[in-house]
Amino acid sequence: MASLPITIQIISLIGAFTFMFFIFRLIVKGRLREEYSIVWILCTIILIVFAVWRKGLEQISLLLGVYYPPSLIFIGAIFAIIFFLVHLSVVISKLQNQIKTLAQEVAYLKQQIDQQTVKESAVRAIPSENDEPTVVAEDKVLPQ
Amino acid sequence: MTRNQARVLVVVPCYNEEAVIAAVVSDIYQVKAHHQLRLDVLVVNDCSTDRSIDIIRTLPCLYLDLPVNLGIGGAMHAGYKYAWRNGYDIAVQMDGDGQHPANQLMTILTPILDNQADVVIGSRFIEKEGFQSSAMRRVGINYFRRLNQALIGQTIYDSTSGFRAFNRRTLEIVNRYYPDEYPEPEAIVLFGLSKLHIQEVPVIMRERQGGVSSINSSKALYYMLKVSLGILFVYARLVRKNLTH
Repeated sequence: MASLPITIQIISLIGAFTFMFFIFRLIVKGRLREEYSIVWILCTIILIVFAVWRKGLEQISLLLGVYYPPSLIFIGAIFAIIFFLVHLSVVISKLQNQIKTLAQEVAYLKQQIDQQTVKESAVRAIPSENDEPTVVAEDKVLPQ
Repeated sequence: MTRNQARVLVVVPCYNEEAVIAAVVSDIYQVKAHHQLRLDVLVVNDCSTDRSIDIIRTLPCLYLDLPVNLGIGGAMHAGYKYAWRNGYDIAVQMDGDGQHPANQLMTILTPILDNQADVVIGSRFIEKEGFQSSAMRRVGINYFRRLNQALIGQTIYDSTSGFRAFNRRTLEIVNRYYPDEYPEPEAIVLFGLSKLHIQEVPVIMRERQGGVSSINSSKALYYMLKVSLGILFVYARLVRKNLTH
């Protein structure tokens, strides 16, 4: 019992640090925003804590009255995952709204540019001897 | 507002309607000429995958070309925002598939021009004339009627009808928020709770002249669920807002 946990301890520590390194690299490269990395950093910290504190899981389970310690891991992990998924849905909804607004604004700008080019080409089409300015119908774009 | 002074924008959402869009727009211009209205047509191309946009470009109307597909709610929202920003007094929704005949346009506009309503909805069911839509769809429409009755205390017979006219007061509200995806029944709750006066007028609709409905049978259940949720949440949101004010 004494030597076996040491190996698994080292393996889990290596795993946790690799994961943390991976997260940091994503942030540094700008592929992960800080606000979404917090939850992952917290996860790694928890992993490291339990890798070092071997009796931790058992002691907490005992304290909470959980008879089978691994089930505490499952419930904790499932809660964390559900929470994070909801958070992601919120983020996606926000993005969708922003995209919608942006798409609409792009459409207005496109329309303004089109209208301007139509007007300009209408002005150019009129020969210079015609002194009267082009009359564009009250509130209608001229067809090209 | 006198009849010939009010600036009207007819918003025509268009998704893959290359076969009928030109006819829809020219019908509207005929009505404009006949009644001497100050009216513009704005076609909102919701990222059609067919040649709709090429046809729209040749038409003598205004158009918006959305860079991504937003669905009917997002497309109409774009149109209503446009109407609000450009100072139109009235905005009308008229589908690009030819279901809403342009000769009914005056029926929809009259109550607003006469200052009798803020929102006018063209209803198939008041006089039960013309195209009445499928049995399944009518079950859904009855359901939404009861739901609206319960929530806003007004009876709207044809809550899925997209043939609508809004005045400027309504446009101000719609400019800020308009539901996504299947907006029609949800918008009614929004209007009812915003204390707008909604009037339903009988219109005769045609069967769609081209294109495909956004709602097929496999999507019907999703539609009911999504719209019910939308209605309940818009209700909850607005009731809370009204309480805090």
